[in-house]
Amino acid sequence: MCTMLTLQAKIAGCGKGAQGWFDLREANVSYDHPFHFHLEHSLNIDFVNEAAGPGARVAVELTPEAARELAMTILATLEKAETDGFLEETPAHVHSH
Amino acid sequence: MYQTNQYEGMLSETAIIRGADGDLINAYLARPLGPGPYPGMVLIHHLPGWDEWYREATRKFAHHGFVTISPNLYYRDGHGTPEDVAAKVRAAGGVPDAQMLGDVEGSLRYLRALPNCSGKVGCFGTCSGGRQTTIAASNLNFDAAIDCWGGRVVMASSELNPKNPVAPIDMTKDLKCPLLGLFGNDDQAPTAAQVNQHEEELKKHGKTYEFHRYDGAGHGFFYYDRPAYRQEQAVDGWKKAFAFLEKYLS
Repeated sequence: MCTMLTLQAKIAGCGKGAQGWFDLREANVSYDHPFHFHLEHSLNIDFVNEAAGPGARVAVELTPEAARELAMTILATLEKAETDGFLEETPAHVHSH
Repeated sequence: MYQTNQYEGMLSETAIIRGADGDLINAYLARPLGPGPYPGMVLIHHLPGWDEWYREATRKFAHHGFVTISPNLYYRDGHGTPEDVAAKVRAAGGVPDAQMLGDVEGSLRYLRALPNCSGKVGCFGTCSGGRQTTIAASNLNFDAAIDCWGGRVVMASSELNPKNPVAPIDMTKDLKCPLLGLFGNDDQAPTAAQVNQHEEELKKHGKTYEFHRYDGAGHGFFYYDRPAYRQEQAVDGWKKAFAFLEKYLS
């Protein structure tokens, strides 16, 4: 892991890990050596709940191209949901959950 | 060299040692069975964690006649699969160099206290562990050190932070033992230019070193479970590593 290039986003949501669903609190985004993907470096996202210990983790390892495509698709989906009037305001208690 | 008519055995197990600040941490210990005295090795694991490859490497060194210990540098970060713990440490930007040094020093002290250890002890690390090996070799009293493709030995001042306050290359003047470096010429961290820079620094300070650079190899070419594995270069690299240790730890 020699780039040590990691940024963190505080998030709210749920992820399904090895033990089932759990609350997500952080997304750690890195560009570094993957654990599994057959590339020397990849765009890695660990969706975690740090307070719940290292095992509360859902991991993905993507090519840079796939990661950009995913990021754009997420934004496009939200934009369309907003344009079509579907986007709901997230209740305050979920933000602070 | 092992002969087919000789007795061979080893014991490998988890041990508890005192690391940085006197903290108790766990470590994996593998030692040849017999009175010895055997030279020792401290293995500094890579950022992918205190994982199966490092357990195998620990036993490999024991098979070659070294009392070998690999401290769990991530002990303080919680427990889970090595990968989950390593992902947590990755997100935190790694462990502080000072804490790593304390854990490695504790490992060194543990080995030198064993009655079947000769007292001659080397240090080995790959990837981030290669970088940490160069730091350990400049700050602790090892008898030999092996840096395998350690990245971020050369660091720009903008890369320095509270966990990594000094670039390892700037510790070269204090290097206390012979250093073996194994590198792939296609590696991006360290690049061939950074390896050159490190070598120049070693020459400048009159240090004993051997650098071997392999064409057709990149980062992590010993890792048989990764696409980076290069059979020919890895076999030669292991041969060079054991020849180096034979020279300086016997």
